[in-house]
Amino acid sequence: QNAVSALRRREFHRSVTVRDALNQAMDEELERDERVFLMGEEVAQYDGAYKVSRGLWKKYGDKRVIDTPISEMGFAGIAVGAAMAGLRPICEFMTFNFSMQAIDQVINSAAKTYYMSAGLQPVPIVFRGPNGASAGVAAQHSQCFAAWYAHCPGLKVVSPWNSEDAKGLLKSAIRDDNPVVFLENELMYGVPFEMSEESQSKDFTIPIGKAKIERQGNHVTVVSHSRYVGHCLDAAAVLAKEGIECEVINLRTIRPMDVESIETSVMKTNHLVTVEGGWPQFGVGAEICARIMEGEWHVSSQTSCSTQRLQSVQNPMQKFKFCMCLREVPD
Amino acid sequence: SGKMLSNISNVLRACAQKNGAAVVMSARTYADFTTQATFEIKKCDLFKLDEAPATQVVMTRDEGLQYYRTMQTMRRMELKADQLYKQKIIRGFCHLYDGQEACAVGIEAAINLTDHLITAYRAHGYTYTRGGTVKEIMAELTGRRGGIAKGKGGSMHMYCKNFYGGNGIVGAQVPLGAGVALACKYQENNQLCVCLYGDGAANQGQIFETYNMAALWKLPVIFICENNRYGMGTSVERAAASTDYYKRGEFIPGLRVDGMDVLCVREATRFAADHCRSGKGPILMELQTYRYHGHSMSDPGVSYRTREEIQEVRSKSDPISMLKDRMLSNNMASVEELKEIDVEVRKEIEDAAQFATTDPEPPLEELCNHIFSNNPPVEVRGTNPWSKLKSVS
Repeated sequence: QNAVSALRRREFHRSVTVRDALNQAMDEELERDERVFLMGEEVAQYDGAYKVSRGLWKKYGDKRVIDTPISEMGFAGIAVGAAMAGLRPICEFMTFNFSMQAIDQVINSAAKTYYMSAGLQPVPIVFRGPNGASAGVAAQHSQCFAAWYAHCPGLKVVSPWNSEDAKGLLKSAIRDDNPVVFLENELMYGVPFEMSEESQSKDFTIPIGKAKIERQGNHVTVVSHSRYVGHCLDAAAVLAKEGIECEVINLRTIRPMDVESIETSVMKTNHLVTVEGGWPQFGVGAEICARIMEGEWHVSSQTSCSTQRLQSVQNPMQKFKFCMCLREVPD
Repeated sequence: SGKMLSNISNVLRACAQKNGAAVVMSARTYADFTTQATFEIKKCDLFKLDEAPATQVVMTRDEGLQYYRTMQTMRRMELKADQLYKQKIIRGFCHLYDGQEACAVGIEAAINLTDHLITAYRAHGYTYTRGGTVKEIMAELTGRRGGIAKGKGGSMHMYCKNFYGGNGIVGAQVPLGAGVALACKYQENNQLCVCLYGDGAANQGQIFETYNMAALWKLPVIFICENNRYGMGTSVERAAASTDYYKRGEFIPGLRVDGMDVLCVREATRFAADHCRSGKGPILMELQTYRYHGHSMSDPGVSYRTREEIQEVRSKSDPISMLKDRMLSNNMASVEELKEIDVEVRKEIEDAAQFATTDPEPPLEELCNHIFSNNPPVEVRGTNPWSKLKSVS
């Protein structure tokens, strides 16, 4: 089976979809540590609602890959309890919209416990699933929860963009001894990316809490996470033809946020645009702007900085149409 | 023994002559007491069960003394907490357990410390039976650094080995408990989890979700509903369409138990533990019990129930009195011996209260510690952008 998958990798010239990268991450971590297991709706016999856990039940069986009834609050609580008692669960929400049913378990039972117990009770758990807008699934199935979860101390919140992000960050999340909310994106599952030699290794992890500069530039800093990083890079390519060089930063982690990387970039460019799929009010972009305004840049800079937030339209239905309004950022 | 008795009576005579008064003392030695006795206890109501816990049970003198001491310690600890709260030395929430001691003690008597237990916020008693000391518990109530959670958890968030709190959100502890049981089954360690909730929590949806999964996956969990007749200010009749809490598990077998009798609780828990450990899956116990205090220290507890009711339970069903009567009438202990225990307990509580009142609060430098486990130290923003606090794991 290993030989076949090795061949498959060589065939595709190491081009791996986000879905397969996530699958590889879980497969490798299930193999590496007996205490890791996956639970959620349709993760086992259905191969995953979005086929992210394809093949895992066949390989690891009922004990390690568990189909749950439709009881988010119940099974999220069970997952947290299992983490408290020494296991390392991966709890899948079919989408993060359904995590609202269970949000009390994520925040009050998982995130706060290590603090309230003064270090006696760690909770090594990963909550993962698709987050944010999909294709025409309507308001109730399209909310982005990055800002909601990132608001809470005690949680780590991760939002990968490409396959390397997905694999490296999920492995780190599973190995982390703390509750991690892992926000995937359904529209990214099928998108292939080239993966480096290094990222094929079973020990490849990406540190949580560090952003990545996807594209260097001197004129404007563009910060984004998840699917919209791709849009930013596309926009940057268009703008480059007009002589505007964007520095595109892929946050990778929402909490703890790598404000330093953003700050260093803004010191250079003096222009900041944040791009996200969530709503503007009290969102990720709002937090970035506030932190930059309070930070080193504001104190030391001679010039005035313009910051703009681009995000989904502020109505319940997040049909996000990304406008190329970067061109309109004032000098 | 005869020689010793004559020695003692000589000493007594000498004392009496010295003091010029009649001195009444017990001249009985501990060898005079019955080492064990058999008791007839109340039958349990059964649901979907063909067998029942024993109704003829043996209690040894040692067991009796231990139950007595533990219950008395819990009782005095809670009453001291009441006192400290009224003096504003304990602040915040404080939900007292006095009246319900037989539940915690009976349960612990039937399981091992290697088993697991989780409960809601009325948790001081369980913190004690699970291994916390009175000192650590009281210092946690007063929010000092000697507290069992270093002063960061308070009344509702006390933890120790195999004890998962202390949980503030009503009902949330039930899925957690089933998760702990899942870990036991997964790790094949023959351990089980006792998962407690109240009559108020019994109507929470997540509990029914948990019943379903526990039964489906045959998790080794004992669900226990401590029915003290009132969910805060709402009596069970006003809250539940069915007050047969032991039947609410529908497809999970259930027992209704007299929660004021420590032996009833012990036998029922033994029965339930056997059920779990034999791989049959979850079981549900309803303990009929009573709390003397109101819901919390901010509730006098008499607006929704009468003082007569409280007094009646105290005089007819108090768990400590019942045990005391049993032991005395079966010659298992003497009045003086039990009084001695009372004195020792009182001293332990006094010392703990003294510690809890004088121990310093946790230092500000530790405010942000324990946000993440096994993490390199991070900086945490204080109340303004220029205030940076340190956080270590």
